Amino acid sequence: MIDVCDLKTYYSTGFLCRTEVRAVDGVSFGIKKGETLGLVGESGCGKTTLGRSLLRLIEPTGGRVVFDGTNITALSRKDLRRFRPRMQMIFQDAYASLNPRMRVRESITEPLRIHGLEDRAGIGRRVRELIEMVGLNEEHLNRRPYELSGGQNQRVVLARVLALEPEFIVADEPTAGLDVSVQAQILTLFRDLGRDYHTACLYISHDLGVVRAMSDRVAVMLKGRIVEIGPTADVLDRPCHSYTRRLVAASSADRGFSRPAPCPALPGSPVMVEVQSGHWVEAAAR
Amino acid sequence: MGDALLCVRGLKVGFPTVDGVVKASNAVDLTIQAGETLALLGETGSGKTVLGMAILRLLQPNTRIEGEILYRGRDLLSLPQEEMQKIRGREIAVVLQNSGTSLNPVLRVGDQIAEAITLHRGLKGAEAEAAAVELLERVRIADPARMAREYPHRFSGGMRERALIALALACSPSFLIADEPTRGLDAVTKHEILALFSEINRGRSVLFITHDIEAAATLATRVAVMYAGEIVEIGPVDAVLSSPAHPYTRGLLESLPARGMRPIPGSAPSLIAPPSGCRFFPRCPCSVGRCETEHPGLVPVGPGHCARCMLYD
Ligand SMILES: Nc1ncnc2c1ncn2[C@@H]1O[C@H](COP(=O)(O)OP(=O)(O)OP(=O)(O)O)[C@@H](O)[C@H]1O
Ligand SMILES: Nc1ncnc2c1ncn2[C@@H]1O[C@H](COP(=O)(O)OP(=O)(O)O)[C@@H](O)[C@H]1O
Ligand code: SF4
Ligand SMILES: [Mg+2]
Ligand SMILES: [Mg+2]
Repeated sequence: MIDVCDLKTYYSTGFLCRTEVRAVDGVSFGIKKGETLGLVGESGCGKTTLGRSLLRLIEPTGGRVVFDGTNITALSRKDLRRFRPRMQMIFQDAYASLNPRMRVRESITEPLRIHGLEDRAGIGRRVRELIEMVGLNEEHLNRRPYELSGGQNQRVVLARVLALEPEFIVADEPTAGLDVSVQAQILTLFRDLGRDYHTACLYISHDLGVVRAMSDRVAVMLKGRIVEIGPTADVLDRPCHSYTRRLVAASSADRGFSRPAPCPALPGSPVMVEVQSGHWVEAAAR
Repeated sequence: MGDALLCVRGLKVGFPTVDGVVKASNAVDLTIQAGETLALLGETGSGKTVLGMAILRLLQPNTRIEGEILYRGRDLLSLPQEEMQKIRGREIAVVLQNSGTSLNPVLRVGDQIAEAITLHRGLKGAEAEAAAVELLERVRIADPARMAREYPHRFSGGMRERALIALALACSPSFLIADEPTRGLDAVTKHEILALFSEINRGRSVLFITHDIEAAATLATRVAVMYAGEIVEIGPVDAVLSSPAHPYTRGLLESLPARGMRPIPGSAPSLIAPPSGCRFFPRCPCSVGRCETEHPGLVPVGPGHCARCMLYD
């Protein structure tokens, strides 16, 4: 569904002495139809930047993103617009991604119109369906973002995205700020999307418990690079890269889980090594 | 009760909207002791942030507020604006949810912190700047001297949260309200921020609003659980998390991915016209006949542990 090859996105900062922040620094991976790839990593390692670059919400500095056979990094702005509804992103900060003046009803109607749904009754029905799907009710339809709690806004964003029935979703911590019961509801919803509509998904999260429940495969990012990628259970139960091991240890510390199992010794050159079928680790950092 | 720093009594908060009044807080009673950390868990939209904002008197002007909020014996709700301003600066500080919107985007992060330091501690110029860098270092921002000169949009979500904690600490408050401070932090960073909080909360009271049950378990002495504008369970952290009494709390714990990820069926009730009996009745798996019509009060279920449920009447 989506194939990423050596993607790079740099930010340049500073007016006088220009420094380059390599937020995404040569990343390659693929996601199949109906598959969910979990993406974990330190705050500031470039997960959000990667997600935005995939959809060209930021212009990548280099590399290639192929979506359903089309190299979207080479498309003109105009051609890109046709692809927009098929690829959607759910942002980390729900409040910032909603128009503060728009009522919830309008926010959800807008993408339905883009999708070509015209008749009023049909739109009304679909809006009610979507709002219930994400666990809100009709009384929220007339509110504006500042009249809703953080978690409720996040659900509005989700309803907007679901309205477009995209084939690929980048979900940047979509359940941050939701209580765990609503989180469970929304995660189940996501899982059904993958299963019933074969939506491919890049799922960014800091919660390894959530990542474990959601993803078929997991990628671990460190300073703009993917340092480990593989089937979920392999990566989280037999982490090989030292950073993955720290991550797993930190998140299981409070629960008293056992330490990760030892992994095979790796050669010292900066390459990705396949330690098990489909489980790759960057070898240099060890 | 011993040394109550903050005492909320019968707090009701209503927001007028076109469809009616949203009753975001329904007769909330809460006491926070000096030096204790109280974790506030609960449903999205149940009124946790509203409670915190009511204490700080930061709700929009047309909000209807009833009840008492006693801080060191003084009712914050009846203080004049300028008195409240002083308390907000020097006594009670806040780390807000939505960090993206609570740092000023057009000011350098270091300058924002230095400004707060100047305001509250009287340090000026280079001294204040140095103190700001020190605070950034204390919240473990790498290369603090350089980052102090950056604007907030250059910070990642996690870094902004740390900057906000630094900003809140600038006035050495005796009461800190933290609204989801670990949201959006990776496991390693979260671990560090929690460690930071367990340093900060020594000798200071903290109201720790969170969805992260593990974070609550590590930091708090007591936990309160909110549902639809009410506190439905409150008690010592171990009691509430290991033997939850209220059916909502139980449902919440079972929704954790590690405990089966079984969501509570249904959705949150309307806060404009909430159920007249128990507010959890429409979703409760254990309800009895009178739950539909009678509104349960908070009843003791163990030492210092109360639940709002008919089952214990
Ligand atoms: N507009 C920008 N200009 C300069 N640097 C930026 C910009 N946006 C982000 N960065 C930097 O790029 C890096 C990656 O940022 P990004 O927001 O993608 O991280 P993240 O992994 O999503 O972190 P978090 O989980 O904390 O949100 C960070 O070091 C950040 O400071
Ligand atoms: N300004 C407002 N106007 C109307 N309703 C509001 C306003 N602010 C919050 N609410 C409502 O109050 C309830 C509690 O919100 P909040 O305290 O933000 O929830 P949370 O527990 O997630 O922090 C929600 O139902 C929300 O929709
Ligand atoms: S009072 Fe009744 S409906 Fe409410 S939580 Fe208890 S058992 Fe359930
Ligand atoms: Mg991010
Ligand atoms: Mg909140």
